[in-house]
Amino acid sequence: MPEPPLLGVAALDAHYGDFQALFGVSLTLSRGEVAAVIGANGAGKSTLLNAIAGLIRSRHDAILFEGEPIGDLPANRIVGRGIALVPEGRRLFPSLNVEENLLIGGQIGRPGRWNLGRIYELFPVLAERRRQASTSLSGGQQQMVAIGRALMSNPALLLCDEISLGLAPIIVRDIYATLRQIVGAGTAAVVVEQDIGQALAIADRVYCLQEGRVALEGRAGEVTRADISAAYFGV
Amino acid sequence: MSGGVTRATRASNIGLVLALACLVALAFAPFWAGRDGMRLLIDAYLYLVLASLWNLLAGYAGLVSVGQQAFVGLGGYVLFGLAALAGVPPLLCIPIAGIAAAIIAIPVAAITFRLRGAYFAIGSWVMAEVFRLVASQISALGGGSGISLPAGIVTAMAASRHGREILVYWVALGLMVAILGGIVALLRSRHGLALTALRDNEMAARSNGIDVRRTKLVVFILVAAGTAMAGALIFLQRLRISPDAGFSVNDWTAFVIFITVIGGIGRFEGPFVGVVVFFVLRETLADLGSLYLMILGAIAILVMLKAPRGLFGFIAERTDTQLLPLQRRVRGV
Repeated sequence: MPEPPLLGVAALDAHYGDFQALFGVSLTLSRGEVAAVIGANGAGKSTLLNAIAGLIRSRHDAILFEGEPIGDLPANRIVGRGIALVPEGRRLFPSLNVEENLLIGGQIGRPGRWNLGRIYELFPVLAERRRQASTSLSGGQQQMVAIGRALMSNPALLLCDEISLGLAPIIVRDIYATLRQIVGAGTAAVVVEQDIGQALAIADRVYCLQEGRVALEGRAGEVTRADISAAYFGV
Repeated sequence: MSGGVTRATRASNIGLVLALACLVALAFAPFWAGRDGMRLLIDAYLYLVLASLWNLLAGYAGLVSVGQQAFVGLGGYVLFGLAALAGVPPLLCIPIAGIAAAIIAIPVAAITFRLRGAYFAIGSWVMAEVFRLVASQISALGGGSGISLPAGIVTAMAASRHGREILVYWVALGLMVAILGGIVALLRSRHGLALTALRDNEMAARSNGIDVRRTKLVVFILVAAGTAMAGALIFLQRLRISPDAGFSVNDWTAFVIFITVIGGIGRFEGPFVGVVVFFVLRETLADLGSLYLMILGAIAILVMLKAPRGLFGFIAERTDTQLLPLQRRVRGV
């Protein structure tokens, strides 16, 4: 029997009250792969990540992880299964220092390669600032804490929601170089981005969302910029 | 990895030694404080307990309840019911009141947790009013006019009035040490880190694996138990309870919120500062009647405008002081 894909999203709908944000979205990801989800504002990219992370409940079997349905599990149990979210806007805990923020991520106690020492090897600047308030860091450093906090739960799948948002291009390049190291160590990722260049460079597969539907999907090397423009703007 | 995490600072170590010295001095208060002094100290201990528990509930778990008088009155009524009607020794009634409140807190939470924010606050108040109305319907406990503890039970506690007052004093001191110690232990545990994260950002806490609902429920139940034990002791000292006194929103919630907010909400040390301010004001101004309450209100507004993190927060932000080793700090960096 072939191994099931790491993540299988099948005909996922998502609603905010009466407003429907996703219409029958499907997505497949194998172990160690990276999927880029791109699209305009309001296309449903963050909604898709929040649904996978359990912050929005969905149908029991709309999301399969390692072959098991997780669509109706609460967020805190999904972390235990091995899915960690780096949320849009970072959402650090302002009254905890850098190290405490990282420790919170590790409380779930999943075994694996990541621990405080490894995170500090990955982001040496955080080791220097470990006792500083997380709010005193620069935007790029805060993003490192958010990524480190997610890694502390030793996820098999990392969900990255617009990790380049508001950062200088040179910082974005560094962050993506680090993400490449993380993925290289065997962690799969779903990367939501508006910066198409970064997303395409790291991804194996591309999904383009438009008004809550998948408008285009394919291997990263095979879709052209023209295809993406068409799917992105719906022209 | 070199170094490690520590919570102690020089100031917090000195604070710990000072706290122990104070505790020894307070344990001997019956020999130096006199009757009025002891009564004042008991009051202060119990207000410190109520404010610290409310601080845990509102300042950490984000459950801004204005209905904690439900559990104060419940504790008092459990004590009077068991002692006066069933002949249970009054001191034994105190832990029983705590257990009873913990059990009753579960259905209360099942109802009020459906509400959020301001709606939760109002819902908790309504719940406390229901408790008050139920108590006033129980004729065996004196209905609306209340009940006194029978003289036989009072004299069975200790032969003399002086002996009874010393006994109540020590129990109040012990209860305060136990409950504050429990809060410190909770905040220093991994659950304390989770509670702080939860207070900062509920959604981020959930996506980091914290079971927000369960954490809040556990805090609500523990706080209810502690509040009821304090309530039982308050009315054991007074020897009389009525629905209006037991479930008073002024005495058991408004003053408690005043103490916590003045001292510094969301900080363990806050209620200590708040209790001192509150009792200094009460002892000097209480004769002024309603003017006293207006002064309290004015001070509360002034502190909220000028020092939104309370008097202790105001001092701590400027001097990086903590009196107890609670906040985690990293050593060797």
